[in-house]
Amino acid sequence: MRLILPFLACFALAVATSAASDTISEDAVMASAHPSKLSEFGFFNGEAANPSEGLIPYELRTPLFSDYATKQRFIYLPEGASITAGVDGQLIFPVGTALIKSFGYPGASGTLDVIETRLLVHKASGWVALPYVWRTDGTDADLRLGGTRVPITFQHSGTTASISYSVPNKNQCKQCHSAAGDITPIGPVWQNMEFPRKGDLQRISKMVPTLKRLKPFARWDGGGDAELNDRAMQYLKINCGHCHASKGSASNSGLFLDGSAQDSASLGIGKRPVAAGRASGDLDFIIAPGRPDQSILITRMESTDPGIAMPELGRSTVHTEGVNLLRAWIAAMPPNTY
Amino acid sequence: MRMRDLIFAGAAMSALVQPAFAKTILVAPGERAQERLQEALISAEPGDIVELGTGRFALTDGLSLDVDRVTVKGQGGLETTLDFAGQQGAGEGLLVTSDDVVLREFAIENSKGDGIKSKGADRIVYHKLRVEWTGGPKASNGAYGIYPVESRDVLIDSVFVRGASDAGIYVGQSRNIIVRNSTVVENVAGIEIENSIDADVHDNIAAHNTGGVLVFDLPNLPQMGGHNVRIFGNIIVDNMTQNFAPKGNIVANVPTGTGIMVMANRKVEIFDNVIGENGTTNIMVVGYRFPYQDVQYDPTPRDVVIWDNQHSRAGWAPQFRGGTEIAATMGGNFPAIFWDGAGGPDLRPIIQDDVMALSLGLTDINADTAAAQPVPLKRSELRPASLPAIILPESMEAVVR
Repeated sequence: MRLILPFLACFALAVATSAASDTISEDAVMASAHPSKLSEFGFFNGEAANPSEGLIPYELRTPLFSDYATKQRFIYLPEGASITAGVDGQLIFPVGTALIKSFGYPGASGTLDVIETRLLVHKASGWVALPYVWRTDGTDADLRLGGTRVPITFQHSGTTASISYSVPNKNQCKQCHSAAGDITPIGPVWQNMEFPRKGDLQRISKMVPTLKRLKPFARWDGGGDAELNDRAMQYLKINCGHCHASKGSASNSGLFLDGSAQDSASLGIGKRPVAAGRASGDLDFIIAPGRPDQSILITRMESTDPGIAMPELGRSTVHTEGVNLLRAWIAAMPPNTY
Repeated sequence: MRMRDLIFAGAAMSALVQPAFAKTILVAPGERAQERLQEALISAEPGDIVELGTGRFALTDGLSLDVDRVTVKGQGGLETTLDFAGQQGAGEGLLVTSDDVVLREFAIENSKGDGIKSKGADRIVYHKLRVEWTGGPKASNGAYGIYPVESRDVLIDSVFVRGASDAGIYVGQSRNIIVRNSTVVENVAGIEIENSIDADVHDNIAAHNTGGVLVFDLPNLPQMGGHNVRIFGNIIVDNMTQNFAPKGNIVANVPTGTGIMVMANRKVEIFDNVIGENGTTNIMVVGYRFPYQDVQYDPTPRDVVIWDNQHSRAGWAPQFRGGTEIAATMGGNFPAIFWDGAGGPDLRPIIQDDVMALSLGLTDINADTAAAQPVPLKRSELRPASLPAIILPESMEAVVR
């Protein structure tokens, strides 16, 4: 026994110096079969609240709204691998990378009750989206390719909301994470990212020195002195632009909210609905400048009816603060002759 | 060759035709139908069949299929029903985003949004399906029953759609399309071909809709310039269901009692149809008369040919601005065929049908229909060269043969 202790001490030291992918299984990340339990990857030490030191936590200045869920995001980079980036700041990850995102709500004791952890895993054949749902005892999470619904009650702004929280199925993951039919990460764009752990920002900046030249994007909720237009455009880009893009799931709408719109109609201003059906709500335009009450964009954000609500997935409550931002943005537009 | 050898050769042949690992995944209705069926659609591999059992699947969310060469097959349009009355999420009942998919012999009921949407799904076959909003025409029904978009090679054969608050069968921004042998009732638009190129719509029945068959081209869309559409051999009657589309939708502007409506499309042939009992008109050809900003868009219809159609009563209750006044000048009845005059006489439709046909003389696309200067359109005797028939890949035709 006396011999074992020094041996263990050596082992712990080795782990600490090797950027610590101690528990993480590269084999699980690269395997063609999908592990049925999240623990097989080793991203968490037992429970969701204990991420491996080998993961890089990050946050987004403007996040996608998901029913007021709290999200914890991590990057797993394989040993010795490096990130590159496009000129637009989109990070490009090597094969063997995993992007990990946990969703939950604050529990009674102030801790986060994690419901699900979604993975985007970069295999040799491309990115794969895998949804894992945590067991009620929090010990592990199981792969649920078909998605599921979980009844959730949470507090927001002093009121209690009860919703049927939707864990997306594998195809629904792709509906948002899709570019021309292939799965792709959306969130990791440098200008929208922040790294709360000391040293991570420097580490990634060192991998891609050009990133330092890029100016951070506006925060949707007005941190700093960002202009209303910048905040609204950023909100639309993050919450709508993954589908409303020329290669996205809503390409056929001709409504492009990913920042690519070259004219006001493509941004929805004075644009008539195409395939909205009853979601048009008796209104004529996606955005009626100066008139948020007459804008389909607003009525669809304010609805929770699945035949009307936008975004189509992952939202069963109204994002009041987001709606207020876009209402103010539309109200500030000079009315035209439509 | 002896009999035994023949059988052996036959078995070897079918082994070649059948992909080696193709399998059938059976899914029955019952507990956890949503997750079981969705997992089957996700775990299916190219060549597989997902077979739905007899009965009613109570579903809570939209379903989706993203695997190439999968067949989803039920036991029949009345025997296997995917029931979306309890749907809580997603914009459609079933979404297909992969190629070479066959959907056959099942029904979709009461989905909150569209019934079945296929996007970027080439060579898709819709066969013997029923999509229905069982409460009949209601503004709260989903928009489209069958909705292929941004696809190449689309076959819709022997389907039934009822109650869509936009179009029963809607093909958008696609190429090489056949819609045939189908029945569409009590939708706002029975069949709509929009911003699409090369389509045959034939041997369908469109009855009790607001408008029977629409061929539209709209601005501000990735694919514009819809053309080469043939509408023939259809029965398009009694499309007198009061327009129940929510305002703002383009089909909310379709006058109740419309047989066929062509808007801003070019090279459209309408022939050998039986059209009648449509209170506004049997066939109308019009420009896109709404403000728009799109320099690449042409709002005028052109090269429309109307030939050998059989007409019965039409035009006794025209439901558009200025319609009643024009009808009054013509002895109370609006004509069975009219053109709004968009773009001037050079763009007039070529008409051979033996019924009254009128131009409203609204050359200017911005003119108000109430300012119409109606003049009769002369009948043509020389039929322009016909458009070629649509030919789909043989593998698609084999599915429905």
